[in-house]
Amino acid sequence: MKRLLAMLTARRGRGQLHWTDWASYLHLFLGLLVMFGPVLWLVLSSFKSEAGLIEFPPRLLPYEQARASVDGYPQPLPLFRITAGDFKGRELAEVRRIGLQAQMVDPASPGDILRVPTQDRERVMRLRFALENYADLAGKFSFGTYLWNSVFITAMATLITLLINSMAAFALSKYRFSGRDAIFVTILATLMIPPTIILVPNFFIASTLGLVNSPWGVIWPGVATPTGVFLLRQYMLTIPDELIDAARMDNASEWRIYWRIVLPLSAPALAVLAIFSVMWRWNEFLWPMIVLNKSETFTLQLALNSFQGELTTSWNYLLAMTVLTLLPVTAIFALLQRYITQGIASAGVK
Amino acid sequence: MASLQLRQVVKRFHETTVIHGVDLEAREGEFVVFVGPSGCGKSTLLRMICGLEEVSAGDILIDGVRVNDVPAARRGLAMVFQSYALYPHMTVYQNLSFGLENLRLPRPEIDAKVREAARMLRLEQLLERRPTALSGGQRQRVAIGRAIVREPRIFLFDEPLSNLDAELRVQMRSEIAQLHDRLGTNMIYVTHDQVEAMTMADKIVVLRAGRVEQVGAPLELYNAPANQFVAGFIGSPRMNFLEGIVTEAEGAVGVALEGIGTIRTDVSGEGLTPGAPVTLGIRPEHVALGHCGSNDAAFAVAQSEQLGNATTLFFAAPSFAVQVAGQVSARRGEAMKLNLPPERCHVFDAAGKALPRRTKGSAA
Repeated sequence: MKRLLAMLTARRGRGQLHWTDWASYLHLFLGLLVMFGPVLWLVLSSFKSEAGLIEFPPRLLPYEQARASVDGYPQPLPLFRITAGDFKGRELAEVRRIGLQAQMVDPASPGDILRVPTQDRERVMRLRFALENYADLAGKFSFGTYLWNSVFITAMATLITLLINSMAAFALSKYRFSGRDAIFVTILATLMIPPTIILVPNFFIASTLGLVNSPWGVIWPGVATPTGVFLLRQYMLTIPDELIDAARMDNASEWRIYWRIVLPLSAPALAVLAIFSVMWRWNEFLWPMIVLNKSETFTLQLALNSFQGELTTSWNYLLAMTVLTLLPVTAIFALLQRYITQGIASAGVK
Repeated sequence: MASLQLRQVVKRFHETTVIHGVDLEAREGEFVVFVGPSGCGKSTLLRMICGLEEVSAGDILIDGVRVNDVPAARRGLAMVFQSYALYPHMTVYQNLSFGLENLRLPRPEIDAKVREAARMLRLEQLLERRPTALSGGQRQRVAIGRAIVREPRIFLFDEPLSNLDAELRVQMRSEIAQLHDRLGTNMIYVTHDQVEAMTMADKIVVLRAGRVEQVGAPLELYNAPANQFVAGFIGSPRMNFLEGIVTEAEGAVGVALEGIGTIRTDVSGEGLTPGAPVTLGIRPEHVALGHCGSNDAAFAVAQSEQLGNATTLFFAAPSFAVQVAGQVSARRGEAMKLNLPPERCHVFDAAGKALPRRTKGSAA
């Protein structure tokens, strides 16, 4: 904590701020604004009611017009503050509006109807977080199904990715066989093929195998990643060969060496790949959109997209859902970012 | 206990041959040390015996059974690696039990064996620790323990002490020797340190560039090295070598050394002709100070090292070292008279091969 504070307050100038300090703070502040501003806007907007969202000029915080329940009126009535005329300074509720005149009532004495010109009043705004945006999601739009689809695909794909990639990496890093380097280079070379190019062939394969509209259709095509193989192989190269020799002397089968020795020792690299895989899978959009056509098989990302396509867009729900979609990835990144930097550094340097 | 036999064992990596037809026999319970400079193939030979490297040609026999194609785990051997190769993510207990678990032994039996090995190596207090929390000596003992629990027919050690500091090395050396006495199992030990070889071995195998230079008991190698390489490798400080020319080949050989004169030796000159170039070797500790009448030489001291119990004097031109017991004071540049006893002189021919000593009968 102390070191963090020291790092955050470190300056070049002693006593007073050097101009480079100003420059770096400005740079950091602008960066924060650019990177974090939209996210903040999104989160705050997700708490606005439908009316609050179309408010002009827009406000940062979720304000909306205050309403009051008045005896004799079934619905709560919108409140206005009177700025001129006889009732100046009072807060009145609007019963109805006729042209430039409004019929208003004092919530304290609901019997009397007062007439006020519309230019003599302004709305009473108040801060309210529309939590129902989130609460309603559970019931509406089968949000639960989408969430489950996303979680299932992300979790299964990540597990399978880790297993397959680590097996490949083990073979490529710890066995000597002819053509090993050629295979490794070939695997890496697939990074040069843009994913869009293999979209159609991939779809043919998926459809032939009957994987369309199944979560497995999303999972399988992406489990073998060159990035993952590369990352794990580079890490496994740092595991001493003597350990594997020792395990062989200890009667361990090759599978047991992999499972009991190599995998546990590769944990940091596996963590990095797991984080990457979760982020890729959770945010994946194009391929699921092609494979999954029925709305009950949609992932969250597809559901978000389909929201917009309808005649009316419920922006308040869309925003709330977007925030929920962002949360898992953000949480994972925040918690495990230490491993990410570590893993990238170790895989990159060696 | 087991016997080990190597017959014309060859190892090739692609085109390069690193082991050239090694023959060797280790009897039951013997402590055999492979010694040689780095790159001589001693570790490769060990890895071939334990099955981690394939044999390109020749046979390896354990108890008379050819094991060339038997996988490492089934040869009944255990190896202690130079880096110890302890599994860093397992506790000491798990490190010791891993091999037994792979043999699918019942739990209580594994536990009993692990505890027994831990007791023998004084590791009981450390069983729940991970290797990173151990000192070098403790790690070394765990590595040995991992070999012991498997009750192997032969123990293999690959430079096990090279990562320890000098004091610990002496201590572990005697622990390994004691272990050998107690278990009576064959041990094959690889080292580049001739002191380790001399102190521990029943039989030393000196290797150079993939060939066996000499096999024998430690003192045999010290007293009667077969060639100049073995003579230079075994013994510390190193044997002195002086280039010379044969003056007399009949009976005992006489060697003329430039700037010193003729030195008479106790070596049979059979097959030599006067004028042939030879190398005269004598160990620093065998040179005596002072005159003896014959075989004398005078040198100017270049440097002296006082060890307390012994003094090493270095001479330049020709480069020569002498070690004498006790404390001798010598100034730089001071001329010293030295005596080279004939029975301590070795003579090597132009190919580096040692000439045989004259038999007792003909010495008269």
